[in-house]
Amino acid sequence: MNGNVIEVKNLTKRYNGVAAVNGISFSVARGEIFGLLGPNGAGKTTTILMLLGLSDISDGQARVLDHDPAREPLAVKRQVGYLPDQVGFYDNLTAAENLRYTARLMGLERGEREQRIISSLGHVGLADVADNRVATFSRGMRQRLGLAEILMKEAQIAILDEPTSGLDPQATADLLNIIRDLKNRGVSVLLSSHLLERVQSVCDRVALFSQGNIALIGTVAELGRQVLGGGFRVEVEAEGQGLAERIAAIPGVQRVERGGANRLLLSADHDVRPEAAVAVVSAGGRLLRLSVDEPSLEAIYTRYFQTHEGELHAA
Amino acid sequence: MRREGSALHGFGVVTLKEIADRFTSILVVVLIVLVVATAIAVVRGGIDQIKEITAEDPYLFLRLFTRSSPLPLVALLSFLVPLIAIGLGFDAVNGEHNRRTLSRILAQPIYRDALLFGKFAAGLFTLAVCLIVLWLLVIGLGLLGLGVPPNAEEMARALVLLAVTIVYAGFWFALALLCSVLFRSAATAALVALGLWLFVTILWPLFSPALADAVTTAGDILGVLDTRQAFARLSPSVLFNEIVAVVLDPSVRSTQQSMLAALGLALIERGAVPDAPIPLLQSVLIVWPQIVGLVAGTILLFVIAYIVFQRQEVRA
Repeated sequence: MNGNVIEVKNLTKRYNGVAAVNGISFSVARGEIFGLLGPNGAGKTTTILMLLGLSDISDGQARVLDHDPAREPLAVKRQVGYLPDQVGFYDNLTAAENLRYTARLMGLERGEREQRIISSLGHVGLADVADNRVATFSRGMRQRLGLAEILMKEAQIAILDEPTSGLDPQATADLLNIIRDLKNRGVSVLLSSHLLERVQSVCDRVALFSQGNIALIGTVAELGRQVLGGGFRVEVEAEGQGLAERIAAIPGVQRVERGGANRLLLSADHDVRPEAAVAVVSAGGRLLRLSVDEPSLEAIYTRYFQTHEGELHAA
Repeated sequence: MRREGSALHGFGVVTLKEIADRFTSILVVVLIVLVVATAIAVVRGGIDQIKEITAEDPYLFLRLFTRSSPLPLVALLSFLVPLIAIGLGFDAVNGEHNRRTLSRILAQPIYRDALLFGKFAAGLFTLAVCLIVLWLLVIGLGLLGLGVPPNAEEMARALVLLAVTIVYAGFWFALALLCSVLFRSAATAALVALGLWLFVTILWPLFSPALADAVTTAGDILGVLDTRQAFARLSPSVLFNEIVAVVLDPSVRSTQQSMLAALGLALIERGAVPDAPIPLLQSVLIVWPQIVGLVAGTILLFVIAYIVFQRQEVRA
């Protein structure tokens, strides 16, 4: 194995001849957070189910931890944790009882089981409500309980389907923290979402899905360069004479616009904040503000589909 | 393509969980009330009647099952058991879908087989417990009321009744399980299962004779009756009733006897001497095809449910 925990080549899923997932390829490296992003119905969940061996693969191949999910589903499912979209639990059981059931399905020994249940519930902040029935849980608590299940499993890969959908901002932030924490424990994370800006902050790399195809793949910065073209927008707010000329002379700056009395908007091919600061200070100016707009996934996504709409419909 | 690992890994865990679910839900309270009320009603109604009419009947105890007013126990069973079985099974699989627990559970290292087998085993276990309790209650209350202990033959026949009733319950539970796999909505599954139950227990016996008469080519009355019976036997309730009629009454030596008697035809025609009791083994042999039919029906329904469930998409 070459460090990739998930390898997908030409993966295809057809329902009655219609391709829901159309020959996609990607790989997820060990310890990476990889995002499958795209609108609902783009094929994200179908891809995930194929990786777990819960749905048949029509064509192409998938390797998860060097196992074929179609042939060795148990080997895959033993090491992969899955948080489904809108995860459900048995409402009549408590949080701990729900975990106990899945722990027994995993085949954990009794002592090990109880110890892991307590520590994983503590980890997601549900230790106080371990003996409350899940019926009383909020959406966010259920999602966290789902993550506790993955922690309890000590999975090498966590596959999270729409983990933040329907959560309030605080619950989302909590959840993203737990996801970052998974990564710190060395767990590789594959997550899907249609909420771009929320997952942008946690994903190392993303794949943009559209109608069963992967349109773009890479880090957010790479995609930004690719789609928005250059696109670092640096904003400088400073008082002083002749700043615009000095800043325009910085290598890499393509354009300088005036955005008000003391504001300059730069377009550059890389992050020129350090050079801009030096330019202002060395000219004797007073630097008031310096900021960079990182390319947002939202902008990349919108731009990409605006420009490629015709092609996609033709294809 | 050979699958890795045992298909039944996790079977025990699922079964125990499902049984625990049943026995901690409100359902079990309903079942206990139902079972106890049935036992008391049947035995109270039975004892008075038995004391009056059959003082020197050698199979007094068995009459407890077949002759009590207003409804004999076996008639009640053929009615009640399908209802309880459907009640236990109609949301077995679609319930997991609707609670959105199915994909989470199937993402654990088990096959779907374990889930379905576990649910079936747990349902059958629950039904068996109910029926055994009912059976013991009826026998216990009967002992108190009649003051006559049953003989070995009667106990053996009562045990066969118990076993057959459990198989009958299994048939209806398998049907409910199939509906719960086929229909995503629990209400639809329940209605379809109940509709089928109404059809085969009430409607089919009513119009299967007409259907049989339409297709039969037999000239004599016995041939016509045979065809009618063959048609009627497509209903599991008819099979169940035939089995209990023979097993619980040693004087019955043919499944056609009661039907012929109802038509006023003498059994002498067929060479049978009425009222001479036959041993249990003979009784069982007479209805062996019916018993096999019930078991086969149960297996068939379960296999269909199994195949459909294996091919079903997990996503909601």
